[in-house]
Amino acid sequence: MSPKMQNNPRPSLLYRMFDSDAGYKFRSSPITVLAGVVAVLMIGAAILAPLIAPFDPFNKASIDLMNSLTPPAWQQGGNPAFLLGTDDQGRDLLSAILYGTRTSVMVGAISVLLAVTAGIFLGLIAGYFGGIVDALVMRIVDIQMTFPAIMVALMIDGVSRTLLPRDRHDDLAIFVIILAMALSIWPQVARTVRASTMVERGREYVQAAQVIGRGPWVIMARHVLPNVMGPVLVIATINLGVAILGEATLSFLGVGIPASEPSLGTLIRIGNNFIFSGERWMLIYPGLTLALLVLSVNLLGDWMRDVLDPKLR
Amino acid sequence: MTLLSIQNLTVEYPGRKSTFTAVRDVTLSLERGEILGLVGESGAGKSTVGTAVMGLLDPPGRVSEGTITLDGVDVREIAQLRGRRISMIFQDPLTSLNPMFTVEQQLIDTIRAHRDVSGAEALAEAVALLASVGIADAETRIRQYPHQFSGGMRQRVVIALALCSNPDVIIADEPTTALDVSIQAQILVLIRDLARERGVGVILVTHDMGVIAQTADRVAVMYRGRLVEVGTTQQVIYAPSHAYTKSLIAAVPRGDIKLERFPRVSYSEDTTPPRAEFALSSHWLGKAREGAAARSAEPLVSVRDLGIRFPTVSAILPRNRRYIDAVKGASFDIAQGEVLGLVGESGSGKSTVARMLSGIYRPGTGSIRFDGRDLATVHSSRERQAIRRQIQMIFQDPFSSLNPRMRVETIVAEPIHHNRLTSSEAETRAIVADLLEVVELGAAAGRKFPHEFSGGQRQRISIARALATRPRFLICDEPTSALDVSIQAQILNLLKDLRDALNLTVLFISHDLPVVRQMCDRVAVMRNGQICELAETEALFEHPKAEYTQELIRLMPQI
Repeated sequence: MSPKMQNNPRPSLLYRMFDSDAGYKFRSSPITVLAGVVAVLMIGAAILAPLIAPFDPFNKASIDLMNSLTPPAWQQGGNPAFLLGTDDQGRDLLSAILYGTRTSVMVGAISVLLAVTAGIFLGLIAGYFGGIVDALVMRIVDIQMTFPAIMVALMIDGVSRTLLPRDRHDDLAIFVIILAMALSIWPQVARTVRASTMVERGREYVQAAQVIGRGPWVIMARHVLPNVMGPVLVIATINLGVAILGEATLSFLGVGIPASEPSLGTLIRIGNNFIFSGERWMLIYPGLTLALLVLSVNLLGDWMRDVLDPKLR
Repeated sequence: MTLLSIQNLTVEYPGRKSTFTAVRDVTLSLERGEILGLVGESGAGKSTVGTAVMGLLDPPGRVSEGTITLDGVDVREIAQLRGRRISMIFQDPLTSLNPMFTVEQQLIDTIRAHRDVSGAEALAEAVALLASVGIADAETRIRQYPHQFSGGMRQRVVIALALCSNPDVIIADEPTTALDVSIQAQILVLIRDLARERGVGVILVTHDMGVIAQTADRVAVMYRGRLVEVGTTQQVIYAPSHAYTKSLIAAVPRGDIKLERFPRVSYSEDTTPPRAEFALSSHWLGKAREGAAARSAEPLVSVRDLGIRFPTVSAILPRNRRYIDAVKGASFDIAQGEVLGLVGESGSGKSTVARMLSGIYRPGTGSIRFDGRDLATVHSSRERQAIRRQIQMIFQDPFSSLNPRMRVETIVAEPIHHNRLTSSEAETRAIVADLLEVVELGAAAGRKFPHEFSGGQRQRISIARALATRPRFLICDEPTSALDVSIQAQILNLLKDLRDALNLTVLFISHDLPVVRQMCDRVAVMRNGQICELAETEALFEHPKAEYTQELIRLMPQI
């Protein structure tokens, strides 16, 4: 306990978080702490990429073909300026990974945010009103769940390719991926929220709000929503990993982010071309980054599930 | 020789910050054929004693001291025999049977798990067991699933399951708490007969003094994990020696006479300073309630031919749908300032009536008139809200009736905000603080969350919320059935005081006849969705007319 706390009758929010059961579970599991540190470092580095990256991979002027296929600095023929080496066009791999992680995390976060927003809204109304609304929403969920995310993405990509002019396509690729990932995640959120809402709806505090005269929307927003957020946070965290992985898969398949604006998946795809010619660093380091990022996010999700949602254990 | 002997038992739950001692230094003994009652309020450690004997303590709970011996052998050494020599009957018959298997499968599995018998022998034994616990036509019914049995019948099946292994000791943990009075009486007789006939020692864990008085041979009273008194039932109930036992017995609501106030459990080891008395009539709560002038000739609430039905089988075609009439043709009046009791067993429709009056359900048939106006004819939402504001409700379960994610002050202020009763936030805060004082919690309680309070305190918060709109009509749906006797007395006294001070009209729903006798001016008895008798309280208790009422009063637990 820091000396500042002792003067305060009510400890600060940070201290209460540290001292809570969730905080205790976090502290007492070294793996979770490690995952937390790794996730924070990686996501932080990704967000700060423009500030900390040694090169700007978008700036074509800074790329020199003469530097292409330099191995990592510690290998023979390595150049200390390019810590993790360069790719076939002479781009610094470390910078590309930092920017690529940024793109991947952003795509993942936005698609999860979209999915959670839609899922919460539809799940709440389905669970609260029941009847026809419920049947309608849940059938849409069922239909949505029969399509794998990748197929949806390929479909949207195909449609947008035919509808949009060729030069616009690359700019929109990122939105195609976000939409596809959000579409594949929201049914899970909606299902969970609906189930929790149906439980909460039967509680007497909801009836008490009805007796006061509160309308359904106020009850949903003020009473039910805060009580169903626990499992949603768990699903959102675990699906952040899923979405990052999905983005990588799509980019690897060439549907996603164009090579000029690298994401982790794009980098892996490029690296994959060189796997037999000896320049393995181009595959290994983006791949390692992706694995570490998804693993740490998933471990954090597991911790959150243990703390917030004993039912899912 | 003593069958079961518990010596200096201490059970601890080590926590992260401190160790909680649930049971401290308890010494008990049990003979063959004897029923030992273990009473105490919630948290007294009575169930923990039972689970410790069974060896079923949830980790991290552990027996830190003491021994439990069965026929002189430490139970820890015969852990694998636990289910055979000692069995348990749980509280809720709805969840203690596996719904996926027939009764036959569950009984035969249990018998064959304990003894090496053939399937046919086990079946014959299972049928005999079912018959012995009073299930008629056992050969047929044994093939049914648990959901095909009623609550009381299911508890009989649970008892049969407990008897499968021919145990020496049965631990019955609140075996009748989830059941109606009439069924409770039958189950208690069954347990008593089984103990006599089979020479089984029974530990009957309960919070209900009435159950103990009817069933137990000896009684052990627990308070805060310690044993405060052990003796024969006669001795403990009629001549209790410990101060806690005395006040606990005095606090049990009496069904035989009407008292002014409920005696409280005065024994307490915490010293909480008594709060200042409030002169409620001069308080804002007492003043300025619109239309509160005594227009007493007309009833405030008038219900005519009220009915509602719920679908049990839904279908697209109307003719394929099935309904159950939850309430049918209920009619009653409640005069200004009167307390009407509504009693009945579970499923009789009394809570449904409350929910229709409070606007949660829309009545299927009939009319509800409040202060002379038919609620169904009020169409403008502003007018409807103005009427709704005067009808408030207190719920049964204090653990689910408060939103766990809201602070108490937000909960209590919600009706004020919704009805825009105040002009400023400061005024709202002042009123909330006042309300919390009125229910004897203190204004500081507002900053806390509901989980920081006990059941009785939560019920006080619920009352404060119901009073926030200055209602004229208060619906209390089993307000104390989830609470301990001592706290029940406090809450009921508070309700009585508030009613007198604020001239509230109250619909008081309960299955507990002694409580109803103390609280109500008139009583309506409900059965299967219909009101079968409605009379002045004293007349109803002294000279019940309907056969069902007579039966209920006969079964009323007495000490």
